[in-house]
Amino acid sequence: MPKTELFDRHVALNGRMVDFAGWELPVQYPSGPIVEHNTVREKAGLFDIDHMGQLVVTGPDALNYLQYLLTYDISKMVMHEAHYSLVCYADGGIVDDVFVYRMPDRYFVAINASNTTKDAQWFQLHTHGFDVKVENVSETTYMLALQGPLAEEILQPLVDIDLCGMPYHTAQDGRVAGVQTLIARSGYTGEDGFELFFPTEKATVVWDAIMEVGQPKGLLPIGLAARDSLRFEPCMPLYGQEIGAEISPLEAGLGWAVSFDKGPFIGREPLLKEKLEGPSMKLVGFEMVDKGVPRHEHLVAIDGEIVGEVTTGMFSPATGRYVGLAFVPTEDAVLGTEIEIVIRDKARRAVIVKRPFYVPAYRRK
Amino acid sequence: MTTASELRYDRDSRYTKTSEWVRPTGDGKALVGLTDYAQDQLSDIVYVEFPEVGDTFGKGDSFAVAESVKATSDCYLPVGGEISAVNDELESSPQLVNEDPYGAGWLVEIVMDNPAELDGLMDAAAYQAFVAEELAKGEH
Repeated sequence: MPKTELFDRHVALNGRMVDFAGWELPVQYPSGPIVEHNTVREKAGLFDIDHMGQLVVTGPDALNYLQYLLTYDISKMVMHEAHYSLVCYADGGIVDDVFVYRMPDRYFVAINASNTTKDAQWFQLHTHGFDVKVENVSETTYMLALQGPLAEEILQPLVDIDLCGMPYHTAQDGRVAGVQTLIARSGYTGEDGFELFFPTEKATVVWDAIMEVGQPKGLLPIGLAARDSLRFEPCMPLYGQEIGAEISPLEAGLGWAVSFDKGPFIGREPLLKEKLEGPSMKLVGFEMVDKGVPRHEHLVAIDGEIVGEVTTGMFSPATGRYVGLAFVPTEDAVLGTEIEIVIRDKARRAVIVKRPFYVPAYRRK
Repeated sequence: MTTASELRYDRDSRYTKTSEWVRPTGDGKALVGLTDYAQDQLSDIVYVEFPEVGDTFGKGDSFAVAESVKATSDCYLPVGGEISAVNDELESSPQLVNEDPYGAGWLVEIVMDNPAELDGLMDAAAYQAFVAEELAKGEH
């Protein structure tokens, strides 16, 4: 199984290593997922997310090509801006969700670990007719995320750019601990923070430098378990759970990332039809009324009849509530609707509540 | 990695291979809980689903479910008996199982059917040796 460059660091930190998307990564460190989660909300955490994939798109037709492949209107993006988008199949199902960074000389696209090969093929397949070059740089690019309210304070002494003046969802080419890095103010936790892309062989240099500055300030390394709970509370979708080939962006509540008025793109026609007719199911948030921990794939019932399935559910550390996300028929997707979650063959009462469970800190500014 | 000697054991308890402990408290009663090794493996416990007081279970029956952040785990009764109390404190503070597995983190109290069943269980030293073997298996 592939190990990341930081495998020895994780072992030295007593990380509990597991197989994730074919990579050996820490699911947690000794402080445990709840302490890790709260540390990112209150201070800062450092994530080894080298398993994530990246594509670089260049060439005269790069913009037109990406406009055709992505659902979001990236012509609206100003230089150095970063934006979320979906990549859809012709039937409107989701290939993947991506983050696009518009840089002076390239578009940089961050993609999901488990989808790297599929996405690279999909992007390559659609280059026909465009004067464009798509490079899969996943192998040579390392990715770390530094997230939390102290992220800027920890990173600033290590970089050659002014982070204070850098708005959320923008990116700059710069240096971190002397290493050429694409520094993006973005993340998957609902906190302020940075995602760093740099050459793979420099992984220990950057990791060690951030740990050295950060640890005295309370920085902890963060495992996959807390990464999942941190993305779940602000209701950021996870491929294979809230999104996938059988799910449309409109069903997943991601219509805001679909720009119907930008002209043709893959999946536009079926999605437009769905928008006019209304999707048949919708993703909702729910909170347990009866005791129990909802989990992925638990069934959802209304008046004893199965109507849907839980995509993600857990104890939410920041709110202290047992909450989840589930797909239910659109007519039932109404706040306050009483539903049942089937946990160990027993229907337990829950109620549909507002999403997100945690409003991202950067959105509250 | 956690080692067997770093984990805590309670000398007055007997142990199962599924990592529950049982500690007689007199009058044929006993407390039952998860071992330090079990809570360490499960990691942060967020909910424990209890049986009803008065429910009866045989030796080795699943009597409760411990839910951690990432996993759901059945708990098996070390000896047969009737549930005489459940630890209500865990409803608001399930992390007590992690913090104090042999003390405030106990799960249930039972009236044992046959206290002689305790004799078939491991003592603390035997259980520590068992944990050391389990941890060695996990290292590849």
